[in-house]
Amino acid sequence: MNTIRQIAAVLLGIIFLATLFAGAFAPAPYAKQFRESPNASPSRMHLLGTDELGRDLFSRLLYGSRVSLLLAPAAALLATSIAALVGGLAGYAGGWLERIAMAGTDLSMSLPWLFLLLTVRAVLPLNVPPAASLLITFALLGLFGWAASARVICAGARSLRNSDFVLQAKACGCPSLRVLARHVLPNLRPALFAQLLISIPVFILTEANLGILGLGVSEPLPSWGGLLRGLENWGAVQANPWRLAPLLLLLIVVSCFQLILPREDFAA
Amino acid sequence: MWHRILLRHLLALLLTALLGGLLGATLVRFAPGFGVDERELDTRLHEDSIQALRHSRSNERNLLRFYADYLAGAVHGNLGVSHSFARPVTDLFAERLPVTLRTVALGLAGGWVLGLLLALPVATLRGWSYEFFSSLACGAFLCLPSAVVAILFLYFGGPVALAVCTVVFPRIFRYARNLLLQTYALPHVLTARAKGLSGTRILLWHIFPAAAPQLLALAGVSVSMALGAAIPIEVICDSPGIGQLAWQAALSRDLPLLVNMTLFVTLVTLAANSASDLTSKALVKQAA
Repeated sequence: MNTIRQIAAVLLGIIFLATLFAGAFAPAPYAKQFRESPNASPSRMHLLGTDELGRDLFSRLLYGSRVSLLLAPAAALLATSIAALVGGLAGYAGGWLERIAMAGTDLSMSLPWLFLLLTVRAVLPLNVPPAASLLITFALLGLFGWAASARVICAGARSLRNSDFVLQAKACGCPSLRVLARHVLPNLRPALFAQLLISIPVFILTEANLGILGLGVSEPLPSWGGLLRGLENWGAVQANPWRLAPLLLLLIVVSCFQLILPREDFAA
Repeated sequence: MWHRILLRHLLALLLTALLGGLLGATLVRFAPGFGVDERELDTRLHEDSIQALRHSRSNERNLLRFYADYLAGAVHGNLGVSHSFARPVTDLFAERLPVTLRTVALGLAGGWVLGLLLALPVATLRGWSYEFFSSLACGAFLCLPSAVVAILFLYFGGPVALAVCTVVFPRIFRYARNLLLQTYALPHVLTARAKGLSGTRILLWHIFPAAAPQLLALAGVSVSMALGAAIPIEVICDSPGIGQLAWQAALSRDLPLLVNMTLFVTLVTLAANSASDLTSKALVKQAA
């Protein structure tokens, strides 16, 4: 099992590095149009061909993957930080604070969050510049994706609340916030890291869903959601099967994230 | 005892509805463009008419008054009027809800049957090859966005409910497999196997009762999963349900419709979770 995890981690690393240095590998800027060759087949100049606007698909795939692979972890970090704050405080303090926080997380978890994202995205202007749409999409994912992690962190903090070292720290007169910051949260690091890893593929898939629905990152900035929108033109996909490349890469990346998670994180 | 638990769940639902409504009203009130009426741009209107239009909306500017009016309307079954469809929200709900309920119910039933049917042999056969291939297949479906599943179903002509089933079953499989593996390793199940009880008897008398509370909790959560999956699937497969309505409302920024819908979906999922929680408690009490 460890070998599979190592292979997945290496593969993920290679993809991440390739997308991070997209400028070095991409034959053209992602928005550049080759107007003389729309819907071109793969060639030495365009490795995956071009889309209907004549943009190089390989370049768009590299840049789009970079967007998702850089911002999904950033959104996951934001969500995990909020979860650490809410869950850690609630679990450590206990009592009414824990009950209120857990009622809030229950409420958030009971709501299909694509509905929530649609509602909040609709409140914000839809015709924003591409960079702003990028930030809005991933910021919303981070701000609304913390509830499940907060539950796990709260359970962890609750179990640490009455542990010997925390009781000793309290008995020595250590202030509560210091106990939380110096003794409780560092001991929750493995759970926080696992939650961070779990959140990344979830956010990647949610961005893809929002992008296909036209509510994600706006054109011409590429993202996996935007690239997968090309699949809606099934005739073009049948004629040019290499247009499935974004889907294949998404499958590989999300599978790698699932595989590198410790086995016990999948437990019911 | 039961009355108190039931009352607590009902109160939680009511509180959620009130808080959700307030949150929704706040979103509507502070959304960009609130209170602007296109008719004000009509050059044929007299200044007094424009002032009258503005005055008719002045009550909505006070959030608490706006929310109180909304609640009063909701109590009488009036959830407001959709801006984009120019129709009462209740009419739109009445039209679209049966479509989504049918899709989600069929998808959930299929997802549960398929998920459990695939998970059971993992726990009973204990062969690595079956577990490897079933986990691989379900893992591949887990890595697909539900919108991509919808595109595939659209082009291969599959029913919409089957698309929901395809999104739900890998999740059911994953949790059910882990749960069944844990339950099959319990001492009383090992004893029952050692005594030579048949597989069906062990399953029905020892496995399902022990795993029932977690399976019921999963049933509550799976409603939320299926409703979430229904949005992209209904949009792409052009199924006229609540999911498609939510997407249309989001694109046209029809907040009254969207907020009512979000509130409604929250209440449905909370009710499903409460029902699974109450059933689970009843089962545990009966077993004790």
